[in-house]
Parts: sequence; structure tokens; C-alpha cells
Amino acid sequence: MFVLCACTAGPRNESTSHPPLEWGGDAEGGAPFVEADASDASKVRGFDVEVAEMIARGLGRSPQFVQVAWSSIEASAERGDFDIAMSGVEDRPALRARRAVTIPYFEFREVLAVRPADRDRYRKLADLAGRKVATLGSTMAYDLLLDGQKKWGVVPVSYDDDVHPYGDLLAGRVDAVLLDHIIAERSLRRTPGFVIQPEPVAIGYYVGVLAKGNTALRDSVDEILRARMRDGSLEKSFRAWNVWDDSEAKHFERVLSAVPAPATGSIARASSMSTIGSYVPSLLRAAGVTALLSILSMAIAVSIGLGVAAGRIYGGPIMRGLLAAYVEVVRGTPVLLQLFVIYYGLSGVVRLPAFAAAVIGLGLNYAAYESEIYRAALEAVSRAQLEAARTLGLSEAQIFRLVRGPQALRLALAPMTNDFVALIKDSSLVSVITVVELTKQTAIYATNTGSWVIPGILCAAVYLAFSLPLSRFARRLERRWSAA
Amino acid sequence: MSAALTIRDLVMKRGSRKILQGVNLEVAPGEICALLGASGAGKSTILRAVAALERFTAGRIDIGDFSLGPGPLPRESRLRPLRKRVGMVFQAHSLFEHLTAIENVTLAPVHAHGVTHARALDDAAVLLDSLGVAHRSDAYPRELSGGEAQRVAIARALAPGPMILLMDEPTSALDPARRGALGATLRALAEQGRALLIATHDIEFARAYADRMVELSEGIVTA
Repeated sequence: MFVLCACTAGPRNESTSHPPLEWGGDAEGGAPFVEADASDASKVRGFDVEVAEMIARGLGRSPQFVQVAWSSIEASAERGDFDIAMSGVEDRPALRARRAVTIPYFEFREVLAVRPADRDRYRKLADLAGRKVATLGSTMAYDLLLDGQKKWGVVPVSYDDDVHPYGDLLAGRVDAVLLDHIIAERSLRRTPGFVIQPEPVAIGYYVGVLAKGNTALRDSVDEILRARMRDGSLEKSFRAWNVWDDSEAKHFERVLSAVPAPATGSIARASSMSTIGSYVPSLLRAAGVTALLSILSMAIAVSIGLGVAAGRIYGGPIMRGLLAAYVEVVRGTPVLLQLFVIYYGLSGVVRLPAFAAAVIGLGLNYAAYESEIYRAALEAVSRAQLEAARTLGLSEAQIFRLVRGPQALRLALAPMTNDFVALIKDSSLVSVITVVELTKQTAIYATNTGSWVIPGILCAAVYLAFSLPLSRFARRLERRWSAA
Repeated sequence: MSAALTIRDLVMKRGSRKILQGVNLEVAPGEICALLGASGAGKSTILRAVAALERFTAGRIDIGDFSLGPGPLPRESRLRPLRKRVGMVFQAHSLFEHLTAIENVTLAPVHAHGVTHARALDDAAVLLDSLGVAHRSDAYPRELSGGEAQRVAIARALAPGPMILLMDEPTSALDPARRGALGATLRALAEQGRALLIATHDIEFARAYADRMVELSEGIVTA
């Protein structure tokens, strides 16, 4: 796992009796949660950072930040990559069942953001039947949208970050965004142009997460958090980060008087999503998306690849140069970058739907690789075969279609099959532009269940179900053709 | 009778090397002309020049009223009359590996000469039968013996109906019995009025079946 370490409170405590308190968070989440200090990227700041510092001080230890991807935070805590995770981790019944979880130290509201013109039309989720609503994948908000999909036909759109949902709201790609009020307010400050509906869709809580067996440390942390609620330290920190309001004061009162926090029905239902039975239909849907995406992308890759290869063999110097440049640029840059450029970069010119952008992006990327396979295969067809065809009176186009192409296809079949299998796996990259395919759906499920074992096995089984028959089919075809 | 094929003062240079140095040659309809000579004498090069597969430096080749001159090869569309009149059988037969014997034979008539598929199939069946390989119609080239492959290649070259047949080393992969059968086949083709120009180093075969032998040495006709 990709882990970066950075100290947040001076030099690391060298004492063996008081090792530093390692706490995990994702600095990519940004302020006010955890963000890298602009003046020193090795340091982090934010209210989660300050909560972690309070806990460390209370334990007589120094805090040590451990960078971890937000989607992996729970699994990393269980692995023991750090002592506690504090990074806007949402409290959920399923999480409590799997891990040691602290008392909720912050109450947040899931709020809808809409374009000003829709302020009166889309006040709550039920108003968004048939409309696209964006959010971060693997979150309580995403579960709420899945619930809304069943109840009212809301169309959930999952993002890997919390910036692009608001950009796409303003661009008209989605009709609303459902996220934590802190994120919504931060985005409004950065990119004005939308409104936040005052009525929350649900209430949620941020908690610290520890490995399941680490209840002793969790209990100590709970005591420290209660003490900091009582002495006003937490309130001071939250005020400093501009996230304190009346509802937070009431939440503190409830926690300190040990009144259970009100759970919303939506959150409880969200946890029920974490069963295998409920996952299978969504897995199959996502597998369908992966299959369709891969087939369409490969069709584009084959068609364009063939054209590029033919152009590089038969074309004039200018065409050959342009096509060679296309191949080198595409092969020399990451496919992720290409997907971002097509989906976000070109949105000012052409606003492609996410699935179409994914198909085009993968198709154009793989076309470059396919073209090299076809070029090599076409050039491998012997000159004698081409001359024989020429003496029979076939035109160059006919020779390509009837003699050279079919013979090259046989040579290209094995590498083409390899590429198709690779494309099926690479299709998982398109989740960065909001397409929920097999791997993304699996990641969502794994986050919900807190384990990659069953989701990983199911996901691998589906990928193998795609790739193994394909390889067998290619081998059979090769045998048949070589027998010919 | 006027010649089916006339080659005048044919010169071919590759860089400073002269491959053909003024070859003159005529082949009449119904005649089998054997080009003899050691490897590198220029036999195959003459066939390739006649089939418009290689440009030449000077001279002229006449096939009926169609002429080839020196310089760059004409576009394929301008070579259509030549392709209709001249068939070529390559040394390694060069049958299309992905097509069956009969598909090899019907390919050109259907796609290059506008014959219907049904008609091409009938004609191909007759050709393969006349060459004794009708029973191998559905075999792929790699399933054919050397002799069978060569006869299919002859059928393929004859399918567009050429009056001139060029053959490059036709006996190189044949045992003596097959050479005899091939010779008989070539005689039959000549008797139908075709002109045959055969590049071979097999003097025995040439003596037995050719009407005329032309000896080449270092790009010059010596006998």
C-alpha cells in the first residue's frame, strides 16, 4: 500500500516507553479535514489533525501522520498500518460491527447541492426521480443514493474525488450533488454558482477507527475525546476551522450525557447493502458494464488500429508521419490522463456522457497498440503472396482485403487476444470518470463490508469468466487456422 | 503467325550492376520456350519484367497490342490488359495459404475480372479436373503435395484466361514421374494455343518438352 509518513508535531518521540501515536488520514481530502501544509508539504493541518494531536497528547505520545488512501482507511487500520484513522471516517453500523470505533466526535449533514434554477424543483432526493445525482463512491451518501435509486429512480453517479461532482453540476452533467455539508460549503467557496439546500437528507457522524482487537486504546481515546468535549478544546478547534454550529453543540451534549445518537433510517438501510446477496445483482450489472465497455472499446480499437496500420504501410510520408505521431503520443502517455482529457478537458467543446468518453478513451488508446500489431502482421505476409495476387489482376485494395488482411489476421490473433484481455482489466480505470464498472463496484462493496476477501474473490471470478473463454476461443481459432 | 510475346533490347540495371544486357526474345502462340542458364543468369528476372513485377532500364516488351516500356511500373489499373493476358506460376507456387484450392482458383475471376461466383466455380472445377486435381478442390495449400500444389497454381494462373503463361523453375520440387506429368500438361496447354515461357535450369526437362531453348548467361542470350 502506498504510504507516506510525515510528522505533525515536531521530532519523532524516540522514547521506547512512549512510541508515537500513528494515525492514518488522507491529505488528498484537503481542508478542513486533513490537508498538506502549503508552506511545508511534509506537514499536515486540519481539524482531524488537531483531534489526532489532542488524542496523542492525552495518551502522552506524539502524533505521527500516516498517509493512506481514504477508500483503504478501514482495511489499513485493521492491518495495523497505524493505530487509529481520523479522516472524516463516517460512522456506520456495519463499521461498528467490524472494527473498534470511537465515539462520534463530529456530526455532519448530508446535503443536496443544485443549480440555482433548480432550487425549488430539487429540494430533496425524492424530487430527483430519473435525475443524475453525484457523490463520492464508497460513502454514506452513495448508499443514500442507491437507496434513492430503488425508491424514486434517482440515478447515482460515483466520483473518486469531491471536486469534479460540483464542476459537473455547474457544467450540467449531473443535476445534483449529495455530500457532507463541510465538503459542499468548501466547494461553494471555491466554485460559486450552485446552492445548498437547507434541509439535510441525512445526519452522519465522523469517528476514529481502530483494529477490532484494539478496544483498550479505543476506550482511552473515547475518554480523551469526552474530556476535550467538556473542556471546550474540540469546540475551539472546530470554531477555528469554521465547522462549529448549534447542531454540533447539541451533539456534544448528547454524547456527554451518553444519549445514543439519532440514527437515520437511510444509514441503517445502507448497512444492509453489505450482504453478499444484495451485492450480487450490482456485481452482475457492473460486470455487464465492464463487458459492454470492453467490447465497444475493442471494436473501436480494432477498426481504428487497422486504419492506422494500413495508413502507415500504404500512405504517403505526411500521413505516415501523422499516424506515427498519434501512436507514439498515445503509447507514451498514461491512459488515465487521456481519459481525464477526453471527459473533463474537452467538456468545453463536447460534453460526452461518461460511458461514451470511456469507450472512446479506451478505444483510442488501444487502437495505437492494435495498429502496431496489425502493422507487424501485415508486413509479415510474404512478398511472394502479394506478387502472386498482383499477377492475377487484383487491385491493391483487393489484395489488402482478400489476401494480405486475412493472412495478417491469423498472425495478429494471439496478440489481439492478449490485448483484449488486458483491455478488460484496464476498463477498471474508467471509474475515474464516474463509470461504475466491476472493480469500482467491488471496491464499493469491499469498503462497505470492510474486507476484500469475498468481494475480491467474486470480482476475480467474473474477470476470469471473461478472459478464460476468450483465450480458449482464440486458441481454438488458431488451431483451426493453423490446420488450414 | 505474329508473336504472342516480344522482348526487345531489354536492359535492367540495379545500381551499377547490369542484370539484363539487351535481351531479345519472341514466343509464338502454341510454343513452349525454355529459358536456360545458371542461377543469376537473369531467367527469373525476365519473367518478372514480363509480369510487370519489376521495372526495367531500357527496351520494350510487347504482349499483343499492349506494351511495357522502361521506367516506373504503371499503376495496376493500367496493367489490367496485361493481367488478363499473362499468367504466372511462381517457383514456390505461392498459393494463398488461407484459401482452399478452388478458392485460390476462383479468386481472380470473381474479384478482378467480373465473373459470377457460380460461373467461376464451374470454370475452376473444369480447370482442376483437366489438371488432375479436382479431388483436392477443398484442400488447403499446406495439405497438398508439391505436385498437387503446382497444378493448382497452374489452374489459378490460367483462370483469368491468359494466352501467355510464365513459369519459374516448375520442376524444382518434382520427382521424375511428376516431371513427366507436368511436361504433358504443358504440352496440352501449348496445343490450346498458349505461349509458354519457362525459366528452368533443368536441361533434360527442356529438351523433352520445349519447342525452343534459349540460353542465358550474365544477362545476355548466348544461344
